[in-house]
Amino acid sequence: MMEIVYTGEMDPRMCKTVLGETIPTIAADDPDVIYLDADLMSCIGTGKWAKENPGRAVNCGIAEANMTGVACGLASAGFKPILHTFGPFASRRCYDQVFLSGGYAKNDITIIGTDPGVTATMNGGTHMPFEDVALYRAIPGATVIDVTDPACLVSALRQCVNRPGVKYIRVGRKQYARVYADGSELPIGKAVTLRGGKDAVIFAAGIMVHEAMQAAKTLEGEGIQAAVVDLFTIKPLDADAVEHWAEKTGAVVAAENHNRHGGLYSAVLEVLAERCPVPAACVAVEDEFGEVGPQDYLQERFGLTAEHIVSQVKAVLARKG
Amino acid sequence: MEETRKRELQAFAVKIRMAALDAIHSRGSGHVGGALSIADVLAVLYGGEMKIDPQDPRKPDRDKLVCSKGHAGPAVYGTLALKGFFPYDELRTLNRPGTRLPSHCDRNKTPGVDMTTGSLGQGTSLACGMALGDKLRGLDSRVFLIVGDGESDEGQCWEAFAFAAAKKLDNLVVLLDWNKRQLDGWTDDVYPMGDYMAKFQAFGFDAVKVDGGDVAALSGALERTRKGEGKPFAIIMDTEKGHGVQEVAETVMNHSLPVSDEQFEKWTAQLRSELAALEG
Repeated sequence: MMEIVYTGEMDPRMCKTVLGETIPTIAADDPDVIYLDADLMSCIGTGKWAKENPGRAVNCGIAEANMTGVACGLASAGFKPILHTFGPFASRRCYDQVFLSGGYAKNDITIIGTDPGVTATMNGGTHMPFEDVALYRAIPGATVIDVTDPACLVSALRQCVNRPGVKYIRVGRKQYARVYADGSELPIGKAVTLRGGKDAVIFAAGIMVHEAMQAAKTLEGEGIQAAVVDLFTIKPLDADAVEHWAEKTGAVVAAENHNRHGGLYSAVLEVLAERCPVPAACVAVEDEFGEVGPQDYLQERFGLTAEHIVSQVKAVLARKG
Repeated sequence: MEETRKRELQAFAVKIRMAALDAIHSRGSGHVGGALSIADVLAVLYGGEMKIDPQDPRKPDRDKLVCSKGHAGPAVYGTLALKGFFPYDELRTLNRPGTRLPSHCDRNKTPGVDMTTGSLGQGTSLACGMALGDKLRGLDSRVFLIVGDGESDEGQCWEAFAFAAAKKLDNLVVLLDWNKRQLDGWTDDVYPMGDYMAKFQAFGFDAVKVDGGDVAALSGALERTRKGEGKPFAIIMDTEKGHGVQEVAETVMNHSLPVSDEQFEKWTAQLRSELAALEG
């Protein structure tokens, strides 16, 4: 079942609450699931459950490289580890361990990196990964998910625990605009067309899906029909969907809460270059480090808004000829 | 330890050295020094201390070895071949295209290799995860973790050791190969790490120091680890890099060495006569 229920309203639940409920539920369903955290259980509401279920959860302290290796050792013993920490520590800080102890050694683990990109808000530039997707995309066989909303989070996490390889899920702890009905099943690797259109296509992921939908609405008012496609799975990318919409519209904009280098835009361009070279542009961070501030300020500061998408769609349409 | 048993283990260690040299010589060069320094502990582990089954190398309740100093692969491969995990002649495929015996240990390639290692430090956390997993599963098994002294420069080792003590992994046995040399020379010149006994004790380990070239001393120390009492074990093995082949041991920079046909013949002849004396 998959139902699109987008109205532009925020989902009332925080994603941290959803994580705090979903991890114990998945663990209850599967005795091989084990949850590891690096002193951030309290940030996603798993602490109480972890205390009550000591055999199912391991607090590894503030030592992410070791946590990753421990998880990989557990995987070799037949467990299905779910790791959590903030995005920068779930990517940069433990990258070599994920790459070798995980990917290369074929120890299958699921890593949740919370507060990606501008959703790190008040933790600021030190905690604001604009490069985590690029890092994970470079790991052979990895799965990379930029979560759209709570239903997407639940669906992705459930699939990831039973998927081979290294799986990385980036998700903000706060609210997302609701896009999918609860219980929706979103197959990993399959794009979801949220809105049709003949003039241009906006490929979006994460918090930028909502911005893309708002942009498409604005564009519609100006007589431009922009399709919106949710590419929540950045790897493996749904190349057929990218090709289909690029061919149909002839104008592509990719929108992501990430550096323009190595993330969703790069992934889309890799498909376009080989299968359907059409004009393309991005709404992404222009090769900068992060900084502190509320999310609305940061989205404006780094150009991650519906307005920026609108202007990039127009720019790419002008090149379409 | 009974004299016959001691000679048996010593002979096994000599055979491991010969096998490792055979593998390395087949490629002309390799990590000779650090392979030779762990031959004695491998002989004790695989000569009876470890619960293993060459016919069923992935049996869940087996004892496991993580050779975190993964470049000592040839010593591990020599041991496994001698135990029948794969044919002895396969040792000479070391590092050849498509081989099951890469220079660094790979659990997905070599029968009997329990964990992939090579990026120094990473095996320590992996071993902790394996020990934790076995504990959670209620398995009566131990995880043996060979760590190089040079390797212990890596911060990840100390994250892992802190974890092992914090989580009371008393089924984990750290075997520190204190051979006092690393790639660039003597560890005390390159990066002195101080007193390992004091360090491991401060980290919450049940730690002992033994002569790492003495199979009886190693056996005694390992015997103590059969039953854990809430603390992980550390055995600081006082070893010599290149031990067992005098010419190698006397070469200070012996981390990686070429092995010519003449050297191989000479060294194996020495080891063969040593073996004959032990088995005579």
